[in-house]
Amino acid sequence: MIEIKNIHKKFGKNKVLKGIDLEIPDEGIFAVLGPNGSGKTTLIKSILGMVVPDQGEIYVQGKKTHANGLYRKNIDYLPQIANFPGNLGVKELLGMIKDLRGGNAQADHLIKLFHLEPFLDKKLSNLSGGTKQKVNIVLTFMFDSPLIILDEPTTGLDPIALLHLKELIQREKEKGKTILVTSHIMSFVEEISDEIVFILEGKIYFKGNIHQLREKTQQTDFEHAIAHLLKKNHA
Amino acid sequence: MLQGYFKSILFIVFFFTGATSFYAQIEVCETCSFTSIKKAVAEARSGDTIHLKKGTYRENKIIIDKPLYLKGYDYPVIDGLNKADIINVFADSVRISGIKLINVGSSYTEDYAAIRVSKAKNFILEDLILEKIFFGIYLEKASDGIVRNNKILGDAVSEHNSGNGIQLWYSKRIIIKENLIQKVRDGIYLEFADHCVIEDNISKDNLRYGLHFMFSNDDAYAQNIFENNGAGVAVMFSKRIKMRANHFRYNWGTASYGLLLKEINDAEIVENIFEENTTGINIEGSNRVNYLKNTFKNNGWAVKVRGACYENKFLENNFLYNSFDVSYNSKLNNNLFLNNYWSSYTGYDLDEDGFGDVPYRPVKLFSYIVNRTPETIILMRSLFVDIIDFSEKVSPVFTPDNLVDKAPLMRKK
Amino acid sequence: MLKILKYSFFDLIRSRWSYVYLLFYLLLSFVLLFLNQDLSKAVITLMNVIIILVPLIGTIFGVMYYYNSKEFTELLLAQPVKRSSIFLGQYLGVALSLVMSLVLGLGIPFVLYGLFQSSAIWNFSLLLITGAMLTFIFTALAFNIALYNENKIKGFSYAILLWLFLAVIYDGLFLMSLIVFETYPLDKFTLIATTFNPIDLSRILILLKLDIAALLGYTGAVFQKFFGTNLGLFAALSTLMIWVILPVLNIARKAKKKDF
Repeated sequence: MIEIKNIHKKFGKNKVLKGIDLEIPDEGIFAVLGPNGSGKTTLIKSILGMVVPDQGEIYVQGKKTHANGLYRKNIDYLPQIANFPGNLGVKELLGMIKDLRGGNAQADHLIKLFHLEPFLDKKLSNLSGGTKQKVNIVLTFMFDSPLIILDEPTTGLDPIALLHLKELIQREKEKGKTILVTSHIMSFVEEISDEIVFILEGKIYFKGNIHQLREKTQQTDFEHAIAHLLKKNHA
Repeated sequence: MLQGYFKSILFIVFFFTGATSFYAQIEVCETCSFTSIKKAVAEARSGDTIHLKKGTYRENKIIIDKPLYLKGYDYPVIDGLNKADIINVFADSVRISGIKLINVGSSYTEDYAAIRVSKAKNFILEDLILEKIFFGIYLEKASDGIVRNNKILGDAVSEHNSGNGIQLWYSKRIIIKENLIQKVRDGIYLEFADHCVIEDNISKDNLRYGLHFMFSNDDAYAQNIFENNGAGVAVMFSKRIKMRANHFRYNWGTASYGLLLKEINDAEIVENIFEENTTGINIEGSNRVNYLKNTFKNNGWAVKVRGACYENKFLENNFLYNSFDVSYNSKLNNNLFLNNYWSSYTGYDLDEDGFGDVPYRPVKLFSYIVNRTPETIILMRSLFVDIIDFSEKVSPVFTPDNLVDKAPLMRKK
Repeated sequence: MLKILKYSFFDLIRSRWSYVYLLFYLLLSFVLLFLNQDLSKAVITLMNVIIILVPLIGTIFGVMYYYNSKEFTELLLAQPVKRSSIFLGQYLGVALSLVMSLVLGLGIPFVLYGLFQSSAIWNFSLLLITGAMLTFIFTALAFNIALYNENKIKGFSYAILLWLFLAVIYDGLFLMSLIVFETYPLDKFTLIATTFNPIDLSRILILLKLDIAALLGYTGAVFQKFFGTNLGLFAALSTLMIWVILPVLNIARKAKKKDF
């Protein structure tokens, strides 16, 4: 599905990705973990073509990515920070994205699910962080693309919304889609992910499922296992 | 002597006993006893009136050598056939009126004119129409004549093969009134012509000057309109000229001005209006000239002072919306500017005496720069120029220190 | 790109600033026409305003819009849309909305005062065309500056500096060099120097059409000979077009390489 070959990227003098090789399979939920500044978002943005790598190649569904690429039609992306043009209304935003991407979009059930009806005519600048994130989720899941990328999807969500989000992700997984997630919330990752990859200082330190991670670190608790990985590398 | 005396007695007698019966009434027309003007003039005696009836007369070099009145009815046309002068006047007391003269014919060696008056006095030329001319009316060594209410319509295209509308050469005490002069080289040209009066004429669309003085003194011109002439009005090398209530307008072109003064001394320039000229008045080497109560409106330069000009006075003039009010090319100033109204004056009048409390500096720094390097004019109306003009206004460095109007008027006169 | 243009444009014409800009021009024209009924005189005064203000507003608006619409841009970047389309669409949206404010703000009062019956209509059209060109030029330059500078403060400073340079400093240097080299023939130099500054070029183009050419003396005659003809007018407008095209091409080029 996604093939990443020897990706390097630096911003100024700061080397963010130092040769990442990764293959993400066709089905399942794939989590990218790592501390702040480890390069998770840069990796995801590289896949999306928002960041142009200095070196290396990325293939999505067998096609090479490109900054101008139309391959993004097959990707639903949930950005980390829900920043929207402030003077647009929610409805207008949904309409605009639909218009830009074309194709079918099913937003109604999502709007109902997250109780967004009262906000439809409000301007985005007047919404709370959590509500914005809900809009963000609606925007992502209203299309039916084979690849879904979620960058910190849980930010600002209340428990009920979080529950709905997990359900949504599971449902999409059942459709046989590839879902790529980054998150700080370990319990969330533990609960949903089939496979995880751990990135530290621009390099991959672990790849495999949770079971393998526990074995490797000799830790039963997921959070402790991650902490162990971190400690070992800093030692 | 005795004969002359006798003649004048006869004249008086004839006059009081009914001139008509003694002076012949000569008629010229196609069916009259005279069909040629020349013949009629030859047959006529001094003091006769020749009545020229409607018709076209193809004649030139009509020489009038005795006092005659050549009077046209319904504008008879004399066609000069493009060969020479049409009428030459060599005698005193000649009067010509109501005739249309056409086709004078141009020459590079001779100044052919529709009417030439040579060494004659007391003539009257009036109500004439002159078309297709080279020179219109040419007065040489003539005096005490009147040129009145004529229409002189040229069709000049280039300066070197066109002549002047009314030309005076070594002539004195001539009155030129109410004429319309169009499309010739110089509308009215005076050379060595003294004590002449030029009033109420309209001189426009001429190739060079609407009015041109050379070496002429003690003349006056007033209430004329000079419009859209190639270069405007030029007064050169002349003394004691009075210019009053004339209207100089639309003289617009790279080398145009309303009025050009060159080597002029002791002149009076009063109550004239200068409107939309590239340069209102261009002054070179002129001294003791008084500029009073003139209005300068929408000119490029209202007053451009070049070369040595001393003891000139600019009093109570209106300077309205000119691109440059005054331009100077030296740092010295010996001329007086006082009590003028300047539309760009921004001062105040706290004591309400009608005069601004802050002096006005009519010379902008930019106009000084343009004088030095003419190419810089290309930066006119740019923000940078506005800024340097402002800073110079606040603290003058380059422009003449004493070139100020100490008491500018708050309202225009 | 048309879709992006559409959204940017409607986003902008709903914003407060467009109204302020429009109102400013409306007010300016009405006051000018009220104070002096002569259309052609009002055109001259307007020229002074336009050649200074339009570039300033174009620059500030361009930079401001770029930084303010960062979120919008990022949202779009994840969509299957070409990058150059995003930025060119946004650029055109800003430029067109500014041009619209300019044309309406100046046009309405002048039309109400009988522009169509006046001989000033050609001069006025030229004024609007150069105003529009200056908007396109300076908005494009502003987008360039913003694309090269992530830092908002830096971007704004460079934008203001650019305006200051082209509106004031350039003319200062120009004037100085004319004075320093006054003994040389300068008409070619002045001709070339003006084409390197779109503000100067616009100013002279309007000045020549507004019959002030006679004041410009010999140099003016050279310019008149060049710009006064249809060919010259075409050449001047083409030069302005180049001033639009080059920065726009660079927007597209830079946008392709940039990381977000």
